[in-house]
Amino acid sequence: MIRLERRPTSSKAWGAASPLLAVALTMVAGGLMFAALGKDPFLAIRTIFWDPIFGEFAWYFRGQLLVKAAPLILIAVGLALGFRAGIWNIGAEGQYIIGAICGAAAGLVFYPAETRLIFPMMVVFGALGGFLWAMIPALLKVRFGTNEILVSLMLVYVAENILASAAVSWLRNPDAVGFPGSRNLSQWPAAANLELIEGTGAHWGVMAAVVAVIFAQVMLTRHLIGFQIRLTGAAPRAARFAGVRPARLVVLCLGVAGALAGMAGLFEVAGPAGQISIDFASGYGFTAIIVAFLGRLNPLGIVAAGLLMALTYVGGDNAAGNLGIPGAAISAFQGMLLFFLLAVDVLTNFRVRIGARKVAPFSGGPG
Amino acid sequence: MDLGAISPTLLIASLMVAATPILLAALGEMMVEKAGVLNLGVEGMMIMGAVAGFIAAVEGGSPWLGFFTAAMAGAGMALLFGFLTQVLLSNQVATGLALTLFGLGLSALLGQGYVGIKAESLGRVDLGWLSDLPFFGRVVFGHDPIVYLSLVLVAAVWAFLRFSRAGLILRAVGESHDAAHALGYNVLRVRMMAIAFGGACAGLGGAYLSLVRVPQWTEGMTAGAGWIALAIVVFASWRAGRVLIGAYLFGGITVLQLNLQTAGARIPVELLSAAPYLVTILVLVLISSRAGRGGDAPADLGKPFHASA
Repeated sequence: MIRLERRPTSSKAWGAASPLLAVALTMVAGGLMFAALGKDPFLAIRTIFWDPIFGEFAWYFRGQLLVKAAPLILIAVGLALGFRAGIWNIGAEGQYIIGAICGAAAGLVFYPAETRLIFPMMVVFGALGGFLWAMIPALLKVRFGTNEILVSLMLVYVAENILASAAVSWLRNPDAVGFPGSRNLSQWPAAANLELIEGTGAHWGVMAAVVAVIFAQVMLTRHLIGFQIRLTGAAPRAARFAGVRPARLVVLCLGVAGALAGMAGLFEVAGPAGQISIDFASGYGFTAIIVAFLGRLNPLGIVAAGLLMALTYVGGDNAAGNLGIPGAAISAFQGMLLFFLLAVDVLTNFRVRIGARKVAPFSGGPG
Repeated sequence: MDLGAISPTLLIASLMVAATPILLAALGEMMVEKAGVLNLGVEGMMIMGAVAGFIAAVEGGSPWLGFFTAAMAGAGMALLFGFLTQVLLSNQVATGLALTLFGLGLSALLGQGYVGIKAESLGRVDLGWLSDLPFFGRVVFGHDPIVYLSLVLVAAVWAFLRFSRAGLILRAVGESHDAAHALGYNVLRVRMMAIAFGGACAGLGGAYLSLVRVPQWTEGMTAGAGWIALAIVVFASWRAGRVLIGAYLFGGITVLQLNLQTAGARIPVELLSAAPYLVTILVLVLISSRAGRGGDAPADLGKPFHASA
């Protein structure tokens, strides 16, 4: 008989080991999935996880790695703050889209001016757009107690419709006859999110991600707000007695996450994506949820998790090109990873005991 | 714009068709939440039902086989969620999200060879002269069997929760799992059965989308229907009758905005497409401001249960 016994405190060792175990289990299960698709599982795993870093064309893929990891890390750091406090913003995809639209629109107002002030201004507007979009669920939650999970998610679909209308009508490139999509920002030097170090893929978004990670780490471990976030997540009732105002935390966590997601959207639209188009939304906002959990809601862990998840994207493209593994297999693979992660997490809070339950020896009592 | 082109008879009839997937999914989720479990993976279970049902219907040549397979696929996904949250005690919110993300990916993978083909659809039930009645013939007696099944299911769930002993136990487990456990009820088993039922309903709802409503398989075709179903459970204050009202209300909005689009209303298409989601938010706000925090939700909703305490 296998049973679980609650640990007095959660295990630090398993806390660190469980993401690794989850990755290993996902590789096994993913290998089985690739085998079921009629592909050589070992070759597939190598194509996804090894070749992009060490293979023949690694010089190309390594650059792609940071390009994909930056938005994931930027969004996940913000989400993790909320998740820690039990505030579930799952609409980061919407905040990402609105950030991109606001930032791009703010820049395009000044087209074709040539001043380097335009890009920083776009970043500010991108962050502002994401922030305001996240304020909708935040304020509804604070004012009316509306469920932030459902509202933030519904707003993703609203944002997608705004994106569609921006791409076909009010942000459409007036010079491109018949094609939907805005002007190409990455080809307009004043607004382009340039690669800062040749060949690494490191654009301004990567810098922002680094800053956000450091900032979040310091805030969580050294600042009172970080303490309040952790306390609220661990024991909401105790937090209330300690003077934590839940409404302030909701606004703060959703606001920070929204601003970061909006910035991520702006860096994407001004750099790798280049323009506002109908298919701009690429699901980073949802994948970032997996990244946040894989990084154990810890900013430094999120860096590693973001890089790993970026590797599945880059490697997945590689596998799609070389082995004909469909792109959807990679999303299934990412979903599986989150499953295994949540499953092995049981080991951090519980001990697995084999054998019948022992009856506690009788001690004390009268006589 | 030609509002006269919108026929009220057809509007109501198509409203019922549009509402059925959400109704089925919401009804199942209500049962799950009544047992004290919050499964946010409705969208993932629906889309798996949609793809599994479509594949089975194409390969087996029968829509009924499709619906059966879809219910099984939904229940299978739900049991995966149940194993993680009930046995391994993982976080229910996170696991539900994982179920959705995994379902969206896996369904896209499974459905690759099935894009753009048609499956055999369900015919309408022929009720003889009843179906020939003006207005009522089309609105009440002119539907396919699944629409009627969903309505029967509403009544069955209502009666089960209200009058049966098993329903009472299920509600007890949802209100206080510790008390139910102390009384000797198997909390884990009750919850697992509720979770499987919820998954089967969501799967059926998904299959109704891919086999009747659309009827085709496209990637990500549920487009938030599972999330709207979750919102409807809140809207309905966990009551079967109100789930029906909520689902038909949303079905109505969906159909109306589609009709306005084709009638060429002077409203941007994107605003019309976003309308069901905006209305969902509005309704959630109205409900939450009226009910206050918690409201009618089962007391132990979303709380993990471990028999160690």
